Amino acid sequence: MAADLSGILVAPPTRRDKAAGIYRKLKRWPLVPVFLLSLVVIAGVFAPWLAPHDPEKGELRDRNIPPAWSGGVKATKTVVAQLSINERGTSVTLRDAQAINPDAQIGDEIEISVQPEGSTKFLLGTDQLGRDVLSRVIYGARISLIVSIVTLGVGGSIGVAMGLAAGWYGGFIDEFLMRLVDIKLAIPLILIALVLVITLGQSLWIIVTVLCLFIWPRFARQVRGEVLQLKHMDYVSLAKVSGASTVRILFIHIFPGTINTLIVVATLQVGIVILLESTLSFLGAGVPPPTPAWGSMVSDGRDKLAGGVWWISTFPGLAIMITVVSLNLFGDWLRDTLDPRLRQLE
Amino acid sequence: MATVTRVNTETVLEVKDLRTYFRTRWGTVKAVDGISFDLRKGETLGIVGESGCGKSVTMLSLMRLIPIPPGRIVSGEIILDGDDLVQLSEDEMAQMRGKKIALIIQDPMTSLNPVFSIGDQVEEAIKIHQDLPKRSIAEAALQVLRKVNIPAAESRVKDYPHQMSGGMRQRVVGAIGISCQPQVLIADEPTTSLDVTIQAQYLKLLKDLQKDSDLSLIFITHDFGIVAKMCDRVAVMYAGRIVEHGSVRDIFNNPSHPYTEALLASVPKMDRDVERLYSIEGQPPPLHNLPVGCSFADRCPSVMDKCREQYPETTTVSEGHSANCWKLE
Amino acid sequence: MQKYLVRRFLLAFVTLLSVSLIIFIMSRVSGDPRHIYLDDYSTQEDWDRMGAVLGLDKPYYQQYGIFLKGAVRGDFGESVREARPVTDVVIERAPATLLLGTVAFTFSLLIGVPLGILSAVKRGTLIDSFGKFIALIGQSAPPFWLGIMLMFFFAVKLGVLPPYGKQDWNSIILPAVTLGWYYAAANLRLVRSAMLDVLDSEYIKLARAKGVNSRTIILKHAFRNALIPPLTFAGVTLGALVTGSLVVETVFAWPGLGRLAIEALFAFDYPLLQGVVITFTLLYVTAAFVVDVLYAYVDPRIRYA
Repeated sequence: MAADLSGILVAPPTRRDKAAGIYRKLKRWPLVPVFLLSLVVIAGVFAPWLAPHDPEKGELRDRNIPPAWSGGVKATKTVVAQLSINERGTSVTLRDAQAINPDAQIGDEIEISVQPEGSTKFLLGTDQLGRDVLSRVIYGARISLIVSIVTLGVGGSIGVAMGLAAGWYGGFIDEFLMRLVDIKLAIPLILIALVLVITLGQSLWIIVTVLCLFIWPRFARQVRGEVLQLKHMDYVSLAKVSGASTVRILFIHIFPGTINTLIVVATLQVGIVILLESTLSFLGAGVPPPTPAWGSMVSDGRDKLAGGVWWISTFPGLAIMITVVSLNLFGDWLRDTLDPRLRQLE
Repeated sequence: MATVTRVNTETVLEVKDLRTYFRTRWGTVKAVDGISFDLRKGETLGIVGESGCGKSVTMLSLMRLIPIPPGRIVSGEIILDGDDLVQLSEDEMAQMRGKKIALIIQDPMTSLNPVFSIGDQVEEAIKIHQDLPKRSIAEAALQVLRKVNIPAAESRVKDYPHQMSGGMRQRVVGAIGISCQPQVLIADEPTTSLDVTIQAQYLKLLKDLQKDSDLSLIFITHDFGIVAKMCDRVAVMYAGRIVEHGSVRDIFNNPSHPYTEALLASVPKMDRDVERLYSIEGQPPPLHNLPVGCSFADRCPSVMDKCREQYPETTTVSEGHSANCWKLE
Repeated sequence: MQKYLVRRFLLAFVTLLSVSLIIFIMSRVSGDPRHIYLDDYSTQEDWDRMGAVLGLDKPYYQQYGIFLKGAVRGDFGESVREARPVTDVVIERAPATLLLGTVAFTFSLLIGVPLGILSAVKRGTLIDSFGKFIALIGQSAPPFWLGIMLMFFFAVKLGVLPPYGKQDWNSIILPAVTLGWYYAAANLRLVRSAMLDVLDSEYIKLARAKGVNSRTIILKHAFRNALIPPLTFAGVTLGALVTGSLVVETVFAWPGLGRLAIEALFAFDYPLLQGVVITFTLLYVTAAFVVDVLYAYVDPRIRYA
């Protein structure tokens, strides 16, 4: 079907068609993802100027304040002399009760605020140590940004070099590298990463090193595939005949041919790096506290959920999701625009 | 030149004013724009034209396999054995496909399902249309495969498509086409991807099958060599319309439409030495934006003013030979 | 077929061996294991005797040999934290993880495959957009956060499901959905794109030309072909199951291997950690092998290659 319709559908468009096409292209530009991604990048780069509070310090009396729009929660509780653990939800001690109403007696019912009202001072509320959630989310972008840029640079370069070598030389090197890729898929890398981080100490550089282990195979595989195709191109043979060195051929003649693919792979990999980094920090093997990282912030808020304190976990998690969704949408768009052949690429 | 086969006068298929349009981003593409023809029992009709002229859409319309959306049969009738195929429901049409009207597809390499065995795929066609016990279905499938000269058919039924050569696969596709003794068999460029000897064998096979069962064939092709070898009558299509229609002899000896002449001139001839092959200047017009008059006007060597104003009427050149061109007036 | 399976089997074996080597190297890099077993009051004599028992007085390659020999017999030494054989602890915890993994995988298939088919068949409709949304969330939301959000909504707010632990039958719902969502999304995407390619193919056209009705086209002719890419990809998705179980078991306090690994890690219980990592690898390799066999079953081009 497709073969025979092609003649019809690819008919030369008229001028009006062209105008419509440009409009459609504009409309199909990923404006929303690009906007959101710029927000994240700006937040990361200009965090010290943007954040309203110090992300690492907070006043304990400001702890667990809900977001600005929250009206607070009040509950009626019974005043008791002594509070046992399982009465916490329904009872309050005499001392606390008298702080609100000096006339309170044991056995009275008293309305008490269990969750304070939100304040415009802390737009997204504060965490269990009274730190501003918004400021921490803004600073968290910084960690994610640094980790993804460095990981992508280092891990990507390793992957590209491996892929070039495997594709160009073939044979044993190729077989070895591809087996390595296969094995990498089968190893519970996250566990090994955890062990490495815990044993060697939690630092940004160790985390980046570990993340590089995760991402190089994807690059290697893709570049290898491209090289296998490109190396039989006439211009490559020509360069070979004219005596260009292997390194020159690989970097001047072959590497540029893989760039489109690499851009797409890199964009989609950033999302994976951000997810992995946040997973490590969630599990307690990320950048050491008190430095704000999105993953560890989600983990901080986990225990507070039962008390209705939802905002500590929700906002950093949303930040991760929005970033990764935008990256994926942008990556999909790049792929469709630069290189539709990559449609299978996940 | 043309093999004259025994031709009955009984009409099997009648197509009247068929229009199939596609809605695309550039507007409505009139891929098939009012074509009419008929097909008699045991006859072979060739539909010829450049790619994009609408011949494959014609074939898909006859099978009612136009992808909807974006395509749609806008108007017309396709009368097969008393039924108007255009009016049938999808389920009723499914009952027709394979049983009364069957199709052989262009590319044998991709037209068989890679995950089912040859036997399964032939049997399936039979099972749908004939209420037979399992053993008889297998037997019937084997018979059809023998008919298309698959060597050692009984051992090959268990094979999968990737284990067969292109020529063998094309035979299997042919076997599926004839498995339920259809009245009309449409062959869409069935030999383009085969090499010349296998192509010749396959065409001979089709011819033999036709003789055996009084099959009516429609050959969709751009190859006049095949037309000369296989067909009784020819319809030349250009930009969604039939521009000339007649017996093979008429078309070859007395081409009356400038487009037909140009097409014939661009066929390489063994017996003549030419400096360069003739080729038609220009491109077919975009089908979403056809000119008011004759679609061929821009490329026509003998274009007149009138050609750009109005589409030419059908003119009868001789008995059974007609063309749409103003210079015939 | 046989050649293919032997090759896959060898690969599985090599994988296990490499993991054991990595683990061995890591356990030695992280310091002398005697530091874990012995406290400050131990004498030099204790130290040496322990070294002889563990084979630490021998060269490294022999130590690896001893480690391998033990591993083959299912002996990974004693857990420091629990003071009993690692194997016992692992066997105790494994069923919970297997249960969770199986339920999550089933969930992902039940959601991902039908939605993928529907999205492809009804391309461009509301169902397709819904599918895209599910897939995008699954691909982009960090599972630990998704789990916490589900827990907050269904357990804290609505109170319809237990927030964590493994008591009643319904305590598996939240962890399984959290873990399965990622696969559901992956399956959906893969099935959809494979289905679109298949539905566009010449053999589907021919099948329709034979008179096969639309339902049979989708369920018989297209479906089986559309299963091939998700199966090829299953190796990768299965790998993510391990990561997933670490996170999900931590979030929901699910008493399985994932949580055991985290506990062992933060308790510096290396023998236990080694045992868990090897078990995870073994589980993965087995599952991947089953997938390879299934793959060969679905695609005759592999079976007869």
